[in-house]
Amino acid sequence: MSHDMSEEKLPEHRGSEGHEVAVHDDPFADPGLPPHEVRRTDIDERAARRAERQVALLFTVSMLATIGFIASYVVFPIDQIVFIWPFGHVSSLNFALGTTLGAALFCIGAGAVHWARTLMSDVEVADERHPIEAPEDVRAKVISDFKAGAEESGFGRRKLLRNTLIGSMALVPLSGVVLLRDLGPLPGKKLEHTGWDAATPAKPIKLVSMNTDEPLKAEDVTVGSLVFAKPQGLSEASEGFQQAIAKDAVMLVRIAPEDIKDRPSREMGFDGILAFSKICTHVGCPISLYEQQTHHVLCPCHQSTFDLSDGARVIFGPAGHPLPQLKIKTDADGNLIATGDFNAPVGPSYWERA
Amino acid sequence: MSAASGAASGGAKPSSSRAKPANKAEAAADWADGRLGIYSLAKSNLRKIFPDHWSFMLGEICLYTFIIIILTGVYLTLFFKPSMGEVVYHGSYMPLNGIRMSEAYASTLDISFDVRGGLLIRQIHHWAAILFVAAMLVHMMRVFFTGAFRKPREINWIFGAMLLILGMFDGFMGYSLPDDLLSGTGIRFMEGAVLAVPIVGTYLQMFLFGGQFPGDDIIPRLFTVHVLLIPGIMLGLLVAHLILVFYHKHTQFAGPGRTEKNVVGMPLMPVYMAKAGGFFFLVFGVTSVVSAIATVNPIWAYGPYRPDQVSTDAQPDWYMGFSEGLIRLMPGWEIRAWGHTLNLGVFIPLMIFPLVLVAIWVYPFIEAWVTGDKREHHIADRPRNAPVRTSFGAAWISLYLVLLVAGGNDLFATHFHMSINSITWTMRIAFFVVPVLTFIVTKRICMGLQRRDRDKVLHGRESGIIKRLPHGEFIEVHEPLSPAQLHKLTAHDQLRPVELPAAVDENGVKRKITRSQKLRAKLSRGYFGEEGQIAKPTAEEYREITSGHGHH
Repeated sequence: MSHDMSEEKLPEHRGSEGHEVAVHDDPFADPGLPPHEVRRTDIDERAARRAERQVALLFTVSMLATIGFIASYVVFPIDQIVFIWPFGHVSSLNFALGTTLGAALFCIGAGAVHWARTLMSDVEVADERHPIEAPEDVRAKVISDFKAGAEESGFGRRKLLRNTLIGSMALVPLSGVVLLRDLGPLPGKKLEHTGWDAATPAKPIKLVSMNTDEPLKAEDVTVGSLVFAKPQGLSEASEGFQQAIAKDAVMLVRIAPEDIKDRPSREMGFDGILAFSKICTHVGCPISLYEQQTHHVLCPCHQSTFDLSDGARVIFGPAGHPLPQLKIKTDADGNLIATGDFNAPVGPSYWERA
Repeated sequence: MSAASGAASGGAKPSSSRAKPANKAEAAADWADGRLGIYSLAKSNLRKIFPDHWSFMLGEICLYTFIIIILTGVYLTLFFKPSMGEVVYHGSYMPLNGIRMSEAYASTLDISFDVRGGLLIRQIHHWAAILFVAAMLVHMMRVFFTGAFRKPREINWIFGAMLLILGMFDGFMGYSLPDDLLSGTGIRFMEGAVLAVPIVGTYLQMFLFGGQFPGDDIIPRLFTVHVLLIPGIMLGLLVAHLILVFYHKHTQFAGPGRTEKNVVGMPLMPVYMAKAGGFFFLVFGVTSVVSAIATVNPIWAYGPYRPDQVSTDAQPDWYMGFSEGLIRLMPGWEIRAWGHTLNLGVFIPLMIFPLVLVAIWVYPFIEAWVTGDKREHHIADRPRNAPVRTSFGAAWISLYLVLLVAGGNDLFATHFHMSINSITWTMRIAFFVVPVLTFIVTKRICMGLQRRDRDKVLHGRESGIIKRLPHGEFIEVHEPLSPAQLHKLTAHDQLRPVELPAAVDENGVKRKITRSQKLRAKLSRGYFGEEGQIAKPTAEEYREITSGHGHH
């Protein structure tokens, strides 16, 4: 304690040693609230004034920070990028606005908390608790009131009124349920077919590269690479592109025909080129990771792994069934074409899926 | 005011019996009281006592981040266009110039690059949401581990759990709105989960998306739910939650002068107005600075959503990480029969959600049933003094952490150069084993801490002073505890296990013991039997040891 504390301001008791312990049989009995321990600011006027200055300083810094915020808003161009160690290249405007706003807010908070901790009373007070449940007489009154009200309403006596009321109340929400019908179409067979469904042997659809929009030829698909394709005629600008590509996206691989373990799968391909749906059968992420040596593809979302040399069988992860395959061949010009839809519905499984 | 002045003028007008207000502020308060009854409301609340403990501020962080989210969210709606209409981007962010994207994505780019301060507000909104859910989870743990969910607070526990779940879903919807490549992948996941629902899955999917995935409706619909429906419900629950906190009065830890019948602390006005009010600014200030220096959800780096594209390290926000873990761990079970498919691989993880929710909701009632305790509890338990409860909580957290790790199995695989398959298999086993181990270890630790408390009460605190006795023996001096410390360490209740009624009643007739009675007795033994707690020292033991000073 510093020398400038006057004696008469010292508390009579300090710490627990001066406290009257109730003489009690029980050594663990509650000794009661400990006496208040004074803080420096309680007894030293100079310390109190110092705390006051500190709080005022914090509030002043906050004011300056708000002015800084407004100035930053006006001064910094929105597209200026600056290097600030250790944060790297950041937007100067965002950095200035965030730090000034943060300082303005933080200093208000710090000031208020410092004020409370140093200058407001920290004497602990006890409040009584009262049981949450009502006393017995209140309970009896409420129950008899309720009974009187129920009796006067005749709700229990007039059964016809009661039952028709319950009936009408039960039916009226149905209107709300019916109104939800137009939220969307019925599923029908929509999930079974994709854009490739329009292809027939007489009118095949060419496979075009996802990148170049050019029809793919057999020689464009080389061993070891994964080529992404879509049906010809589907362009980014076309209406409903997102919905179509969510089902029509195809990935092509070329595997030496003797390495293809699954015979039906090999026969759906052309000269070792196999076309599979790019959409994972787990929850529909696009598959993009290809391991050349093993012909495994991995879905980056949940790591379902499919063996493309074995009919895209699931060999690991949470997917439940193989990737659908698209039967392909070449036309007279050597372009890869499809003559029908995938051999199974694309994407995650659903109740109606056979 | 007019009534008061009328009385002063002494006219014949009917006048209020109230004393003349001393100043303008009192006059204004009188005016409001005459219409709103504010004096009666303030009577018990203005100087309401709140106990002090650092852990009681966790709930405040939830409240304040919620307010920050509302404030910044309203600002964002002024600029955000919840539309999936396609546009070609020609804004300030050059790398995406000329790219096709939805209006939702384009307007989020505009908020980030063309609205001054827009990026900051977006970042504060997102950081506050991350903090909000984290604070709710930690706040819930505090309430759980201290038994603050016991009577009379069970309903408030349910409100809180609902707020947590709603907060998580609203967060998910919120970060889905920009329609970027990452969040679109999250919506695709949601679509797959909805499709996995037996019988009605495809109908739900069509009604939710207004057609096939992705359609044109999902973003505007999520927007309405995100900014109106869920926040509205949450606001209602939040107000109810706070009213109940005031009504029940806050719990407090045991200590000298603190009993079940009182609440010891400092008054709302001025101490907690300043501390809690100030804390709002501290939380807001820190969130602002974090948003200035740390980028969260840089949607410009992801690009617009396309259903046939994906990035390789797709991760949800942390609070959805456990669902990601569930879906990654689950084997791809599909049952196909009679022309139908039951997609258990997705449906089982989906169903764990409501199961966890129900488990959280009913826990207070299960514990009350096991203990048979119908009393009110206002003294918070120290976690060690409720070992079985604490171990349940710890096991639950460990399960959550296992799922978080499993949800990031690809990150662990790439960063630590491990096989994704072995990580997944390890986590599949850990899903079942780790919670059990955590339960056992936590219970051991709690019992050990109880034993240490017992030793401290009976033998005092180790002072670190070594004394040499005349005959050469060295002993460590143990300092006896103060009465306050003795009380604090022995104040907790120790329940006895529920006994089954005797097999035959007093007339020698065989009693029928129901299965639920048996289960209850068994659980009760687990909670409060010898394996569940260490008997706290009795006054007799204490006296016996302290009277024979020095020979222990």
